[in-house]
Amino acid sequence: MEKSAVFNRSKLLPYALLAPQLIITFVFFYWPASQAVLQSFKREDAFGLVSEFVGLENYQAVFAQPEYYKAMLTTLVFSTLVAALSLSIALLFATQADKNLKAAPVYKTFMIWPYAVAPAVAGVLWFFIFHPSLGTLARPLRGLGLDWNPLLNGNHAMALVVMSAVWKQIAYNFLFFLAGLQSIPKSVIEAGAIDGAGPMRRFWTIIFPLLSPTTFFLLVVNVVYVFFDTFGIIDAVTAGGPAGATTTMVYKVYADGRLGGDLGGSAAQSVVLMVIVIALTAVQFKYVERRVQY
Amino acid sequence: MVEHRPWNDIIAYAILTLGVFIVAFPVYVAMIASTHDAATVVGGRMPLLPGGHTLENYYRAVFVGGSRTAPEPVGHLLLNSFISAIGIAVGKICISILSAYAVVYFRFPFRKTAFWIIFVTLMLPVEVRIYPTYKVVADLRMLDTYAGLILPLIASATGTLLFRQFFMTVPDELLEASRIDGAGPFRFFKDTLLPLSVTTISALFVIQFIYGWNQYLWPLLITTQDSMQTIVTGIKKMLTTTDELAEWQLAMATAVLAMLPPVAVVVFMQRLFVRGLVETEK
Repeated sequence: MEKSAVFNRSKLLPYALLAPQLIITFVFFYWPASQAVLQSFKREDAFGLVSEFVGLENYQAVFAQPEYYKAMLTTLVFSTLVAALSLSIALLFATQADKNLKAAPVYKTFMIWPYAVAPAVAGVLWFFIFHPSLGTLARPLRGLGLDWNPLLNGNHAMALVVMSAVWKQIAYNFLFFLAGLQSIPKSVIEAGAIDGAGPMRRFWTIIFPLLSPTTFFLLVVNVVYVFFDTFGIIDAVTAGGPAGATTTMVYKVYADGRLGGDLGGSAAQSVVLMVIVIALTAVQFKYVERRVQY
Repeated sequence: MVEHRPWNDIIAYAILTLGVFIVAFPVYVAMIASTHDAATVVGGRMPLLPGGHTLENYYRAVFVGGSRTAPEPVGHLLLNSFISAIGIAVGKICISILSAYAVVYFRFPFRKTAFWIIFVTLMLPVEVRIYPTYKVVADLRMLDTYAGLILPLIASATGTLLFRQFFMTVPDELLEASRIDGAGPFRFFKDTLLPLSVTTISALFVIQFIYGWNQYLWPLLITTQDSMQTIVTGIKKMLTTTDELAEWQLAMATAVLAMLPPVAVVVFMQRLFVRGLVETEK
């Protein structure tokens, strides 16, 4: 799409208009991103004084660490759980709010506000409720005979960060599912009802398939969310522990490079992550094009 | 609806009410915790009704700071959060509306290239290039400054894409009409395009304000002085002691204060928020 009416005579003005964004983009985006790529092929001593080109050694070192595969697995488990739970819970709430209820707008408002809560703050809230010694819900859990301690037990820690991440993401998914549901023509559903399909059958054979573009879009967005935006939750609640049980790939980039530790390895991991994100984004854009036609 | 069954509505109300309860519960507990004294909170048998220490806790959190764990009063951190969130939102709007204007309303060599250079930044969140970006900011001597908190986070394409999309829907006749009236690029932008963009600008502002307010990793990395922290990073510092010593009632008061501005924005500007959210995702 192009405009037919434009300003043709200004030669320098467009560059001046673009300059602020381009300068900031080069200084804070392209320069550091290229440094990350460059650094991933180099090794620096602890003081950053000497650096030498080592080829793929950093990558080999990263892929030789058992911890890296563990972080990959953790990321996979974490993102699968968060995406599956937050999508299905949000869909349940959205289908209910889509019914012609008088109070639906009020419920909508009460459902979407957690979007505004910072991930780190959300983590702290859930940590407080489930804190082993002072948490409001930790006592009932122990009453049920569960030795609840997210500070020591890796599975409990994972459960806690998953809960916090799901809690925060429901709002977003709810909003998009509700919009998706409301754009499904009522006549299609009525046609199904006339053919004798009950509410459950109508949902699975008519509504759910028609909702699939929204679901797929949300799936990609949720995976990106779990990869990056949950950093605050993990750092605030578990700091990657106990014993690396909640160290995701992004958290490992941060932890390995901290205090000038293993900058080369951290940079190599950054590059691997960049490739993953670019792949995800490519999938998303390919799909978004389809959605526009739809 | 197709068929109307009363029990259907009752089930819907029950599920939604349960949902709202689950969504609100952690925040409710935090608010309750912020009204009790330290002993009640740490004892592990905190009642689920408000206590009598509300004013004391919030006063201490905002103006005094905790005795051991949080030396910096939260009032100052709130100010830092406001400055950086508004800086990020306004900065992003300014640079992206100008670049979108250039890309849509002008024809010049390398126009497509410029667009793609900006577009690619969509793909890489700051998390994957934190240390090199940190080094750039350190070299520019921007650690512990507002510029360091703000500038690296406004380098993104979301705003440019949003404005570009909106400008494409503005009828060409408007430009032709204002040209006949003798308006140049500046006057067309100021008198025609800017007034038309008010809703888009506001929607983007709402989304970017929340984004900026909730930043965590970046402020954590580039602030070394306690006085330059934002409120979201400040909470974590309150809790990094042994748990028995952490002043949870103050941390929870801080958490409530940290949530209040962005949540208020979502609740009171819901229409703009929804619009911004849906449009920045396209």
